[in-house]
Amino acid sequence: MDAHHLVQNQPNENIPDFGPGDTVKVNYRVKEGERTRVQPFQGIVLLKSGGKSPSASFTVRRIAQGIGIERKFPLYSPNVESVDVLRYGKVRRARLYYFRERSGRAARIKERMVNGRPLRPQVKNR
Amino acid sequence: MSINGIIARKIGMTQIFLDDGKVVPVTAVKAGPCTVTFIRDDTRDGYTAVQLGFEDAKYVNKGIAGHLKPVSKLFRHLKEVPANDVDEIEIGQEIGAENFSVGERVDVIGLSKGRGFAGTVKRHGFRGGPKTHGQSDRLRAPGSIGGGTFPGRIFKGTKMAGHMGNSRTTIRNVEIVEVDPERNLLFVKGAIPGASRSIIQVRRTNKKGK
Repeated sequence: MDAHHLVQNQPNENIPDFGPGDTVKVNYRVKEGERTRVQPFQGIVLLKSGGKSPSASFTVRRIAQGIGIERKFPLYSPNVESVDVLRYGKVRRARLYYFRERSGRAARIKERMVNGRPLRPQVKNR
Repeated sequence: MSINGIIARKIGMTQIFLDDGKVVPVTAVKAGPCTVTFIRDDTRDGYTAVQLGFEDAKYVNKGIAGHLKPVSKLFRHLKEVPANDVDEIEIGQEIGAENFSVGERVDVIGLSKGRGFAGTVKRHGFRGGPKTHGQSDRLRAPGSIGGGTFPGRIFKGTKMAGHMGNSRTTIRNVEIVEVDPERNLLFVKGAIPGASRSIIQVRRTNKKGK
């Protein structure tokens, strides 16, 4: 048995609720020698895994110069400075593995609608 | 403080994020509350130590019940741990996880998981034989165990198959990553011997340096 429930995860206030299919921008702290800077990574969330354990993570996929890049971020890492949700997507799977085989026009995700109007994220001014 | 060990129960492994984003694998351990049940001092015993009791028991046999009379409490586990300045310690005194501090180095003693009668590949890390090229029954075989007519015997201590695990195992110089005195929890870095929920001992290490 693991002891995950004994560790208090520090929930990051700058990470809003998001899920698979959403387009997000992850601001990740990168250490370069002495100084640290924030490196953004923007793409579609493929999955969230790990539940409530401290090792919980999420995977973001983006197409960079025609090549698919996937990055996995630890949800409770202090190096994840913030996550901005840019667009809510409507998907019917929890894990969008099928998305890897899609490209071009097939690699689109419908926007999530509420009462016939698209659900738009509240963009905080930071 | 002067009590240099504690009886604990292994809970299981998890991980902790440090402030700089590094992840440390840790084992959570329920350390105490333990009660001092007996004191060994220099004049009578020739060394100093305390006996600790851990986890309340409903029944113990009469001999132990008599031994525990001064604390008027029954315990499931009694264990002696090293201590110094025993004059300042009283029988009945309670200690817990607050006895240890973050960054301290400890030794962890536990009973390793039993593996039963294990072959040489599992027990000693032998490589076994080839799987293919006309081989049969050689995949996990130990190979040669010695010479022929000379020396005409197998040397003592030759690594062979046999019982593995279920033995007292000490992991030395383990770092304490976090202490939670309220819940009596210690988080020690890395793995420690034994199954989850087994009884272990945590002691201040006598290893020098880092």
